[in-house]
Amino acid sequence: MAAVAARELGDGEVVFVGIGLPNLACNLARGTHAPHLVLIYESGAVGAVPERLPVSIGDPALVTGSLMVCGMADVFQLFLQNGKIEVGFLGGAQVDRYGNINTTVIGTYERPTVRLPGSGGAAEIAIHARRTLIVAKLHPRAFPERVDFVTSPGQRTAGKSRRELGMPGAGPLKVITDGAILEADPGTGELVLAALYPGVGADVVRAGVSWPLASRPDLATVPPPSPTELRLLREVLDPNGLFLTSTGDKRTE
Amino acid sequence: MTMKAAVAAFVHDGDVVVIEGFTHLICFAAGHEIIRQQRRALTLARLTPDLIYDQMIAAGCAKKLVFSWAGNPGVGSLHAFRRAVEGKGAPPLELEEYSHFGMVARFSAGAARLPFWALRNYMGTDLPRANPQIRSVTCPYTGEALATVPALNPDVAIVHAQRADAAGNAQIWGLVGVQKEAAFASERVVVVVEELVDEHVIRSDPNRTVIPGMIVDAVVVEPWGAHPSYAQGYYDRDNAFYVAWEAISRDPGELRRYLDEFVYGVADRQAYLARQPGLAARLGAKARYSGGVNYGF
Repeated sequence: MAAVAARELGDGEVVFVGIGLPNLACNLARGTHAPHLVLIYESGAVGAVPERLPVSIGDPALVTGSLMVCGMADVFQLFLQNGKIEVGFLGGAQVDRYGNINTTVIGTYERPTVRLPGSGGAAEIAIHARRTLIVAKLHPRAFPERVDFVTSPGQRTAGKSRRELGMPGAGPLKVITDGAILEADPGTGELVLAALYPGVGADVVRAGVSWPLASRPDLATVPPPSPTELRLLREVLDPNGLFLTSTGDKRTE
Repeated sequence: MTMKAAVAAFVHDGDVVVIEGFTHLICFAAGHEIIRQQRRALTLARLTPDLIYDQMIAAGCAKKLVFSWAGNPGVGSLHAFRRAVEGKGAPPLELEEYSHFGMVARFSAGAARLPFWALRNYMGTDLPRANPQIRSVTCPYTGEALATVPALNPDVAIVHAQRADAAGNAQIWGLVGVQKEAAFASERVVVVVEELVDEHVIRSDPNRTVIPGMIVDAVVVEPWGAHPSYAQGYYDRDNAFYVAWEAISRDPGELRRYLDEFVYGVADRQAYLARQPGLAARLGAKARYSGGVNYGF
């Protein structure tokens, strides 16, 4: 997942980075094809070059050697609302058919069965980043037809498109899972199967989502991680297995 | 002033209290003293409640939480918070929930003494449904509908800084979060520092001053007062403790034992530090000094 997510980032792009897998993906991209990727963390570090894998998005290693450190009012007003963020990375407990994300509650808001952390900066990243990438593992509970609570809006919410709702960014264009890449259909906004990982069947992916998953006619195969990508991930970026396990990625938030 | 005296004088039952700091410079020392002095019915405001508010919730200090992300950063859940919200045996906790941008905007409005702040946000989200304080206004110039959040003006802000002079002119470097806005928004401000310095040290580098002494009511000198969070240039985050908090907070009995040993069972911060020797060797910051600039004319 980290390697696939990294490939979505272009050299020189400005990316709003979350902790965990997005952070790994961004630093992998920086170490391979995108050395000029600009990492911005909501904590205020701009152009961060962390010398160790940050344990949180407020890690002191994000400050050391960065281009700029600003207050959080500046992060949200001068960078995000101003339109300077090209890519936003989001994860969540639930992702629905239209890419809406729930990181707030499972169950009702008033009487939740599981209380999740909440938005943090995710709602505004989903609204303002020029495009967003979602990372989540396939599971019917993780990909319901409709999320219990829309924390971060996707392509359609309450029957309305992003354009109708006045959102500046293009929203989630791709969802990187542990078996396939889903993409938002440009016409309907619905997430459809776009590419499979090697050895993963479409039936496995369909079993991991709760709605009848449509498929693009020109289904692609995702190249497996290269030796360089694997070496960087396992030996340089996450040598202690904080976020990676031998079987895959441990945490997505 | 001692922390004990500062909390006694400036934090009262029923107050709206903000202990800010985004991962960096979270004043656990103040939170612990508030728990020791058994403050009650507090409205705790903060973007990221973190472990310290989880402890204050568990200790019964809070009636309400105003926040935008309630987790253990990089680790997982705040279980005392979750028990209270999920109705699992803890006293109920009233919630007023925003996103980070919303909380930042609330402090900005409060600091500027405006009644609200406008932001282009929340369209398509369920947050306004969960929190009726998130409203909208029509721009008088463009006709655009913009989201609004009300000003937040806490009764007291407690801000941890690397250094200040005796008058409270406080300097922060590294992540500065929303400490400036939170302090200017509050009626009373307590600054807690790693080091007390002479006024000439502050004056030698005025761009680094985040909070001016004129808005500060008390200065408390409390080295390692932000542990287990960190202070850039002084000590690193005690990540082992953040990881350990997952198991401690999951079990109400364990949490109680933690509070008994490290909060109720110690008189002050020195006693807290004495119970965990070796912190400096384990977490002390390496030297990475900036070059300095010429302020001459």
